[in-house]
Amino acid sequence: MDKRTTAAAVVAELRDGMTLGIGGWGSRRKPMALVREILRSPVRDLTVVSYGGPDVGLLCAAGKVKRLIYGFVSLDSIPLEPHFRRARQAGAFEASELDEGMLQWGLYAAACRLPFLPTRAGLGSDVMRINPDLKLVRSPYADGEELVAMPAIELDVALVHMNRADVHGNGQFLGPDPYFDDLFCTAARRRFLSCEKIVDTRDFSKHGSFHTLKIHRAMVDGVVETPGGAHFTECPPDYGRDEAFQKEYAASARDDDAWRGFRERFLELESEDAYQDAVRAWRGAAR
Amino acid sequence: MSGATRAEVCAAAVADAFRGDGERLASSFGTVPAIGARLAKLTFAPDLLLTDGIAMLLADVQPVSGEPKPDPVVEGWLPFRSVFDLLWSGRRHVVMVASQIDRFGNHNFACIGPHAKPKAQLLGMRGAPGNTLNHTTSYWVPSHSPRVFVESVDVCSGVGYDRAAALGPRTSRFHEIRCVVSNLGVFDFATPDRRMRLRSLHPGVSLDEVVAATGFELAVADDLAETRRPTELELRLIREVLDPAGARERELAT
Repeated sequence: MDKRTTAAAVVAELRDGMTLGIGGWGSRRKPMALVREILRSPVRDLTVVSYGGPDVGLLCAAGKVKRLIYGFVSLDSIPLEPHFRRARQAGAFEASELDEGMLQWGLYAAACRLPFLPTRAGLGSDVMRINPDLKLVRSPYADGEELVAMPAIELDVALVHMNRADVHGNGQFLGPDPYFDDLFCTAARRRFLSCEKIVDTRDFSKHGSFHTLKIHRAMVDGVVETPGGAHFTECPPDYGRDEAFQKEYAASARDDDAWRGFRERFLELESEDAYQDAVRAWRGAAR
Repeated sequence: MSGATRAEVCAAAVADAFRGDGERLASSFGTVPAIGARLAKLTFAPDLLLTDGIAMLLADVQPVSGEPKPDPVVEGWLPFRSVFDLLWSGRRHVVMVASQIDRFGNHNFACIGPHAKPKAQLLGMRGAPGNTLNHTTSYWVPSHSPRVFVESVDVCSGVGYDRAAALGPRTSRFHEIRCVVSNLGVFDFATPDRRMRLRSLHPGVSLDEVVAATGFELAVADDLAETRRPTELELRLIREVLDPAGARERELAT
């Protein structure tokens, strides 16, 4: 089955109030082209689930987030994500903050179609206070241990970015870490994969070993080829993080004027191609 | 070698925190803890596992500043999911930075102020809740002050001894906060009710100075000592091998 589609068609499936999972980690291999497409759409009131980076920062700054389910939000080389901080400090969305392992467990429970998975993480900490809906469960075995029943985090839509994919939806990561992208896909009802390059299925083995084929086609509904689609997050070995541009992005959280300037120059454009052109022009001017 | 700087004393104190850990992942956040973990591996704790900070376990030891050693020897693959598996198994000792810490070792680096609308959003919970219940944890405070050593934390990310005790012996059986290293001294929880106790003062630091910089009543060890100075070998390793560019001094200055 040929599952090729476009970023616009993917985002057209989103509805107000949906729960959206975003793969990657921090400022690493994020499906940024798809996130930028969301910024161009009218969709709002999203519940966003992420090991957060600038995907979360951008969606917060654009007022798209009603609730965030997360363990952290970071730009890695800039430890604190300034747009996320600004939105948090304004109380702009509901913050469902968890231990980062609980987040994995919630996705895994959804992927296994279980109502919850037990974990020790969270007990005794303020995770329990700030998430009053979390319930405990007692082991039915002789130990009788009391644990957190981490509820399944069921996603309406998952977005992930891979180095390579084929038209059928098989995905290949070529960097050092698959992160939790497979769990985001298996926890979701609709799953979309963007990639640096669509290749012939028989050519996967030229790029990496079979161990890199973490995402298979039964986990994916649509494939979008977006060269540079993780920019400005890193996507090794295709490219590293655009640190200079990330600094520019971070600086735009300074005040409303700075954010408006960044938005007009890089985000309020008709397409991903126009974004990539604007970044090239910015890089030329900076040099 | 000339006398050790404060940062070098701190690095050796962090290294000492890993004594007896054996084959465990030594995870560290911050420059001085990174030097400390590597120093321990190069001297008295050769079995520690260290990562490259990304997803590889390295058999050899890389510097924290200056040029990385070429051709690092990769002994294993440890993507984030494997880190989670490993930490739940308990074979890890993490040194995390504390933005706030109270007398029982309750820790905060999530946010300052009320969680619903914080005055300052920091890192978030990260893995602190799960780390503290599953394996040994220590803390690093580069700038000891009453704003860090507080009466009570605004948000509890890492679980301290009073909260762990309230969970009962079964749930808290893997909980251990081994020590807190600050720029002024080394602290443990070796008191009957597991309150923080000043174990040693770094050379040149007075007891009054620590008391004034601590926002709660501090227990003091009967045999209060001076933190040991790094050996000649340790100083050479810190200065020539691990941190030739002197990143450690900048961390204490801030």
